This record gives sequence, C-alpha cells and structure tokens, in this order.
Amino acid sequence: MNNHKQAGDKGPSPEKTHLWDKPENVNRLLRVFYALCVALVLLDFVVHRHVAHPWERFFGFHAFYGFVACWTLVVVAKLMRKFLMRGEDYYDVD
Amino acid sequence: MWIDVPPFLPFFLGALLVVLAPRGWARNALLLGIPILGGLNLIGADPGPHMEVEVFHYVLTPFQVGTFSLLFGYLFHIAAFIGNLFALHLKRDDDDTLQQAAALLYAGSALGAVFAGDFITLFVFWELLAVTSAALIWARRTDRSVRAGLRYLVIQVLSGVLLLAGALIRVHETGSIAFGYVGLEGLGAWLIFLSFGIKAAFPLLHNWLTDAYPEGTPTGTVFLSAFTTKVAVYALAVAFPGTEMLIYIGALMTASPIFYAVIENDLRRVLGYSMINQIGFMVTGIGLGTALSLNGAVAHAFNDVLFKGLLFMGMGSVLHQTGKINGSDLGGLYKSMPITAALTTVGAASISAFPLFSGFVSKSMVMAALLEEGHFMIWPVLLFASAGVFHHAGIKIPFFAFFAHDSGIRTKEPPWNMVLAMALAAVLCVGIGTFPQYLYGLLPFETDFWPYDITHVLTQTQLLFFGALAFIGLQKTGIYPAELRSVNIDAEWTYRWFAPQAIRKLAPAVAFLNRIIRSGAFATLVLRRGASRIYGPTGLARQWPTGSMVIWVTVMLAAYLIFYFL
Repeated sequence: MNNHKQAGDKGPSPEKTHLWDKPENVNRLLRVFYALCVALVLLDFVVHRHVAHPWERFFGFHAFYGFVACWTLVVVAKLMRKFLMRGEDYYDVD
Repeated sequence: MWIDVPPFLPFFLGALLVVLAPRGWARNALLLGIPILGGLNLIGADPGPHMEVEVFHYVLTPFQVGTFSLLFGYLFHIAAFIGNLFALHLKRDDDDTLQQAAALLYAGSALGAVFAGDFITLFVFWELLAVTSAALIWARRTDRSVRAGLRYLVIQVLSGVLLLAGALIRVHETGSIAFGYVGLEGLGAWLIFLSFGIKAAFPLLHNWLTDAYPEGTPTGTVFLSAFTTKVAVYALAVAFPGTEMLIYIGALMTASPIFYAVIENDLRRVLGYSMINQIGFMVTGIGLGTALSLNGAVAHAFNDVLFKGLLFMGMGSVLHQTGKINGSDLGGLYKSMPITAALTTVGAASISAFPLFSGFVSKSMVMAALLEEGHFMIWPVLLFASAGVFHHAGIKIPFFAFFAHDSGIRTKEPPWNMVLAMALAAVLCVGIGTFPQYLYGLLPFETDFWPYDITHVLTQTQLLFFGALAFIGLQKTGIYPAELRSVNIDAEWTYRWFAPQAIRKLAPAVAFLNRIIRSGAFATLVLRRGASRIYGPTGLARQWPTGSMVIWVTVMLAAYLIFYFL
C-alpha cells in the first residue's frame, strides 16, 4: 500500500517508533512501488494483450489512463471546491 | 428447505423475541442464530411461488423464489449475521434493544422484498425498509441524526408512495399485481422506475444516502449500507433489465459522485459517495441486460455488501473507538489499531478491484459486457470511475484514517465481536476474489466468463498502480487537496437550503398580502355580520378540539368502509 508519510511530522517522542515513522522505511516502500510501476508497463512489451476497445491498442494504455484519470479527478475536484465548499455548519443555521 | 416459511418471518418473530429476551447470552443467541438458521433453511429453495394468500380479490404471493431472489436471499442472511455480530456489544446506553430489534426487522423487510411475488407485498416491505432503517439513524440520538433521519424517512416514504401509485396504475392497465418485468412504457412504469431510482440513489435523487448514512450509529450504518440500495438493485434487475437508459444513468452514477468523495471530509460520507459509484456499475449492468452483464450486476451487489460493509465497519470501529470520523481529525491510527487497519485495507483492495479480491471478479463482468455490446463511449467513463474508486475509497479511506500525518490519537482495537465481524467479511472478500467459481455458481445465468486471464489481470493492475502513482505525485507536489472541515453543496441544497430560505423569505410577503385582503374590501361590516353567524363562538367554524375531529374523521371513514363492502 501507499503509506506515504507527510513531511514535517515527528510524532510524539517518548513512544516507540512505528514502522512508518522512519522516512527510510517509507522511501524503501516507494522505491519498490516505483520499480513495480516500471515493470508493469514493460510487461506490455512481453504480454500479448487482447484488445477489445480501440484505445487498448496503444502501448501502456491502462497505465496512462489510470494516471491521467486520477490526476484529473483530484484537480477537478479541487477546483469544484471553489464553487461548492461552504462552512461546516452551512445547513445547521436556522 | 426444512420448513417452507417466508424468509422474513424468522426475522420478524426474532425481533419480537429480542425485545422480550434479557440482555446477555439469550439475546446474543437469537441475534446470531436467526440469520444462520434462516440462511440454512433457504438453501436450495425451489423456484416459483411458495405461498399464496387471497386478500379481497387479489392473490398475494408473499414468498416467491424468482430469478435473482436466492442470491440476494443468501446475501442478506450473511449481511445480517455479520451486522449482528458487529453490533453484539451494544449496551443499554446505546439503546441496544431498539437498534437490535430494528436491525432484525430491517433485514427481514429486505428479505420480504426480494421474495415478494406481487406489487402489494413489495410495497409493504418497501415501506417497512424505510421505517425500520430510520430507527438505526435516530438511535444515534444527536440533533443532527434526528433531522437527517427525518429527511431520510420522508424521501424513502415518497419512494414507496410512487411505487404504490405506479403499481395501482399498472394493475388497472394489466389486471395483474404480479411483480415481474415491467419495462419503461406508460405512466405506471415510469412511476415505478422513479420509485426504484430514489432507493437506488440515481443522480439528483441520491442525497438521502450521503445525508443519512454518515449520521447513523457506528453499527447501524453497517446495516444501512447492506439492504436498501441492494433491494433497489434487485428490483431494477427484475423489472427493468435491458432498459437502455439505465446504461447512461449507471455511467453517470459511477463517475459523478467520486469528485465529491475526493473533497469530502467525513470518511463515512466518502463511503456514501463511493457506494453510489458502485451501484452505478450494477445499474449499467442491468441496463445492458445481457446474461453476462446481469450476472455481473448482481454479483457486484453481492460483493459490494461485503466490502462496503467491511469499510463501514472499519470506519464504524474508528468512530466507536475515537469518537471522530473526519479525515482532518484522524491519522496514524495504524499504531494503535493495526488489526482494524489491516482489515479495512482488505476492504479497500476489494472495492478497488485488485486481482484476488472480490471487486475484481464482478466488476470485470460489467466492463467486459459493455465492450461486447459495443458501448465504446461508455466504457472509458466506467474505466475512469474504476481508477477513481481506488483513489477515493481504496487509498483515501485507509490512508487518512490509519496513516497520513499522526493525529496523536492513541486508542485500542475495538471489542472482539467487531474485529471478528470485520475478519469474517475480509475472509469472504478474499475468498470470493480468489475462488470466484463458488459465487459464479450462484449466479442466475450460464456464461463461460472467467476473470483471471493475463489481459484482465495486467490491465487492471496497471490501471490501479498508476492511479496510486498519481496519488503519490499529488501528495508530493502538494496539489492534493487538504482535508477541510466543510460542507460541499450537492443536489440536496434545493431542499435543505433553497426551499427553506424561499419559504422564509416569502412568508412575510404572504402575511402582508393576507392582511391586506382581510382588512380590505372583503371585510365590510355586512360581510362581518354575515360571517359572525358562521365563524362566531357558537357557529359551525368554532374551534373544534383536534381530538374530536380525528374521532369524527375515523367514524366517517369507518362508515364509508362498511357501506363500501355492503
């Protein structure tokens, strides 16, 4: 999974350090993940996929589509906040 | 079947016994025993009507095994067992009796609906679903939950009224009350379609779900997520298979709510939006109407109850243990709730449709059916939604609750029964994902579909891994929107803000107009004198106590009824 840890977080100090408290563990996980991503795209050279939709003919289509879909989703959703976001008690006011 | 009883009956009797039974082992035995025995009794029930009752001039069929009934019947027994196990720890101060009885009645109503052979029986259980489930929202006993529960109930009852109206028109047209294929023709059919659409959370009719489910009790919402919308999916599959419009409605349902899910802070509301996204896949499958797509739709309903139930249980556990559910308040919980974190992650992997997890084996059927039927423009929409579901449910839910930045909250794992219920759901998610042949064996139609070929596995893994890569990129670049305490306005704005505001604004104008009319030309002395005869203290319009009015209305209705049957 993508237990990516945000920068600047040190956590409470007297406690024992947990797995993802150490940035090197997170980085190790991320490096494995990046390697897997590269491998998955390269598999497109080796594996002869069935093509049911014309777009699937393109090399690495699903990888590309997954990335672009998620990026677009988040960017558009973030833009939507400009129009849609109201205070937490928006409906509670009488 | 050992005993030929309608499947809802053990649940209804059980609810009565739960109220009477003392807290402790007797009640627990009832809560766990009823779904097990009821489920075992149902195995291998013969297709066709099992029970017919003549009421007035109509033959009601309260127990009929239709094409899809058994699959949903088994599913609802499993869901009731898991839900009851998850809620077993409820104590007196949680209103345990109310919640436990309501949950049994709710599960029973869902069973009644999927085994209903006629519209009247369906209508009765449709409305019972509404009332019994509202109790699970109100049991939270907060001001917000009371209001949300009321809004929920009004919309659910409206769905029932539309169903009744549609059914009456249909009965008038066809002369039959049998519940079967309807198809979109005529006013009656449209009303029925709209009624099902409300319960299935069609676009613009969907906000009751995202409004009410996050306000339920930590255990109650697990039940809510299992039954109402799945009954609607069942009803659509029976009455409107192959209705082309459903393909487009379903596609819209998969794609539009995920934008809201990304920016929503309440993690149970995120799951609510995600639920609409999953129902979208089912609705699309029903709209395609082929053997493969219908199999996919109902199989996905089956899996969704398990993985969405698991996710709601994970978030219910978090809420139960920390009292918090907003992404902005949570984080780092894997340190003190590692088992819950792991089990929730299984649910997240299942809903994201990773190979070897349950979502993969059912969602791929709908996707394959879309391409078989040549819907090349709809397929990319569903593929977008597939990548998106991983983003907002698969990553966001576990990440913001259990990982992300450390919120400093230190708690412990929830009670054993909650952990056990989650573990059971997780085992089923992995079991179905790894050995889909058992679920496929229960599906209504014969197909030779098998999800595990190299193309499916590779393309789906690519899609998901690169979706995750986008998440990491968005986090690293700081583009990913922070979790903010906020409300995002949706279609519900019309009835939660606009209508009340409009009434508030218009009220003074109406009052002003009223005053003018009353004090104006109408109120001449003559009129007043004449009016005083009627409106005076002894006149016809003197103030009657409400109670006596009700009695007189009852008497008149009773008299009418008697004369009618004479």
